Amino acid sequence: MEQRNSQVETSISVTVMKKSICLYFEVNQPTRLRTYRFFDIGKDSHYYDDFACRTNIHKASANCYLPMNNLLLNAINESNGAFKLAFSMPGTVIEQLDRYEPAVIDGFRKLAGSGSVEFLCETYFHSLASVASEHEFAHQVEKHRKILNDYFGVKPETFRNTDLIYSDNIGEQVHKLGFNAILVEGAKHVLGWKSPNYLYTHDTIDSLKLLMRNYSLSDDLALRFNDRNWNEWPLTAQKYLDWIKASEGEIVNLFMDYETFNASAGNGIMEFMKDFIARAVADPEIEFVTPAQAVRNFKAVDSISVMQPESWSKEERDLSAWLGNELQQEAFNKLYGLAENLYVLNREDLWMDFGRLQESEMLYYMSTKYFSGKNAVQGVSPYDTPFEAFINYMNVLSDFIIRVNNALEEM
Amino acid sequence: MFGWEFPPHIAGGLGTACKGIVEGLAHNGVETIFVMPKASGDEDQSCTTIINASDVEVRTTSTVASDCFSKVQFLQVDSNIVPYVEPEEYFQAIESMKRERRYETRIGFGQKFNFSGKYGANLLEEVARYAQVGGTIAVEHANEIDIIHAHDWLTYLAGIAAKELTGKPLVVHVHATSFDRGTDDMVDSRVYEIEKRGMEAADRVVTVSDLTRNIVINRYGINPDKVFTVHNAVDFSGKEDIQVERGIKDKVVTFLGRITYQKGPGYFIEAAAKVIKRTEHVRFVMAGSGDMMEKAVMQVARFGIADRFHFTGFLRGADVQKMFALSDVYIMPSVSEPFGISPLEAMRTNVPSIISKQSGAAEILKYALKVDFWDVDSLADDIYALVKYPALSRFAANQGYQEVNNIKWNSATAKLKQVYQSLL
Repeated sequence: MEQRNSQVETSISVTVMKKSICLYFEVNQPTRLRTYRFFDIGKDSHYYDDFACRTNIHKASANCYLPMNNLLLNAINESNGAFKLAFSMPGTVIEQLDRYEPAVIDGFRKLAGSGSVEFLCETYFHSLASVASEHEFAHQVEKHRKILNDYFGVKPETFRNTDLIYSDNIGEQVHKLGFNAILVEGAKHVLGWKSPNYLYTHDTIDSLKLLMRNYSLSDDLALRFNDRNWNEWPLTAQKYLDWIKASEGEIVNLFMDYETFNASAGNGIMEFMKDFIARAVADPEIEFVTPAQAVRNFKAVDSISVMQPESWSKEERDLSAWLGNELQQEAFNKLYGLAENLYVLNREDLWMDFGRLQESEMLYYMSTKYFSGKNAVQGVSPYDTPFEAFINYMNVLSDFIIRVNNALEEM
Repeated sequence: MFGWEFPPHIAGGLGTACKGIVEGLAHNGVETIFVMPKASGDEDQSCTTIINASDVEVRTTSTVASDCFSKVQFLQVDSNIVPYVEPEEYFQAIESMKRERRYETRIGFGQKFNFSGKYGANLLEEVARYAQVGGTIAVEHANEIDIIHAHDWLTYLAGIAAKELTGKPLVVHVHATSFDRGTDDMVDSRVYEIEKRGMEAADRVVTVSDLTRNIVINRYGINPDKVFTVHNAVDFSGKEDIQVERGIKDKVVTFLGRITYQKGPGYFIEAAAKVIKRTEHVRFVMAGSGDMMEKAVMQVARFGIADRFHFTGFLRGADVQKMFALSDVYIMPSVSEPFGISPLEAMRTNVPSIISKQSGAAEILKYALKVDFWDVDSLADDIYALVKYPALSRFAANQGYQEVNNIKWNSATAKLKQVYQSLL
């Protein structure tokens, strides 16, 4: 008891002097399935709505990726590299950007070359492989490592899992794959009385560090910035900076979707960000760090045990958005039931379809949470009901299973 | 003859049956005048004369019609009484009603009423108006007609009005009853009342199966001596066999129809789960939509068979034929089915069928396999047999094909003619 008190005191005395901000943006665009009829099964094995995929990439690029990449690169240059941040994007997004919006890839290359940007490793597909199959998870991580090196010439040190899904077991897998840090949701049910604003370690593996997302401050931007009913609206850069400075601890982890910054929203969030970065850089009490630097700069204060997988999804911060109902579990089980066959076959075309069918959004669209029977994810889902999402997905999966079985027979 | 619909514009099987009946009657030397609420003008009139009730001015008053109106006005407030209506249609009906602001409920003397002729929200109101107009038509044609024949409850009031005003004998034709639409304890009493009234006022009641005849006698208390069964037939002329390239090597077992309680979708799913557990290379398809679709999808997921059990959604026109052509076994597990034409269509496409004993079709089909709707073990057995034993499925397909080709409206309507003759 005595010892712990003294430890907390020392860390407080450090933070009073300087507070670190660790900024991380997730870049993601889900793959869209086309309307796939029962009659197509066994006949047509193209599953994707390429037009919708391309449209989404164009939209996101125009509203966010292009202007934000510019804004961030300027901020880095103007601050002589004092402004730092981290990105991650699944391999499928890199592929799609390369195909439809190569200028965005150029922008990310420049950011990668600035020395102030860390690229994090994740699964090649935006998948739940970490809770399904250790083998498949490792396979996708290696694949992602390779594409990061191929495109941006970086060797990632830090890992971030799909939607920050994390458990002790996932931490173990990540450590085995050679990472020494992972981003984790700072969920209340995991942290308890502890603050997310310190560095922690895995329950049993001391060399794996956990960076806990400060969901309150992160969601001030990601969820509440637009909300006129919020009593803090409108949020100004100085107010936000003051909150960060006033918060307890050493490091504030602000992790959010890159598309939080959307020019078409008309809410001035890009101007806010520009202002915020300028003020923060100028403030002597603030410094920016990347996750890898945070791990080097700080000492872990404690270990965190996470028995059940947690995530950054909604209020529950668990897996129920993807695996909460019978439809989702059925689709998930049928899909990962194929994993072993895929290793036996080891065919690139099948791997790619298998991977895309693992994207978490496909399960998310089947969610029946909050509205019984009706679509719980309206506005996000391309389907009218979770049932339609399920039927369409299972039709596609049925065709894929036939292809896998045919390939096995041919062997 | 009073009907509600006539091909080509039909929502259910009633119009198709009516066409078969007038054609068969023509073959048997019986002339018909077919009255319908809204004719489009492209109906085939080679066998009958079609009168569009929307074109007729009301020139009579019938106690049935006006008596009914006093009820209709308050009945119309609640619009949850629509049978056979798809959600999309329901929405459209409501929207068009709003648009047209058709709130006035009575057609005066000398006025016309523009019927929708659909199964929409203001169905009961249309039924009552149809009775008014029907009476007028019957009076206008009084010296041409010998028999008044009304198809299903929608037209019974018109039939009663016509009988009242002309004194001609009335035949009501029961294609379905309220007990086939709701569950036993959830029958629409307003529709039931019209049905019962029609059957009581009729000189003869014609039912499409013995099953329905029993319902008419037991549930509506109608004197058995005036109730006759004339089984439905099916007209395959003009339907070409379509060739479909199969993408799936597995055997396909199909359910096609509204996914609703009376059609027994749950039993189909249970049987599917049993079969899939025992054998590979078989797939199940549930084609159609309905109020139990979401429940059905959940049930399939819960059984863990969704990779072998597929949903197509609502199928139209050529897709229905395509679905039959892709099938190896057709299942109709109806809890209650006055007749059920779909297995005949399947057998005509060389698809062996399993049908519930609780269907009218079971009374005339020898070469369909029959099970009790609730007996999922038997159903699973029969599916397994038809999938696994080619000799059986070949036999059922060949014999079934012969059998359904011999079920003709000409012979069915010959029986109907006898019913007519007993009244003259």
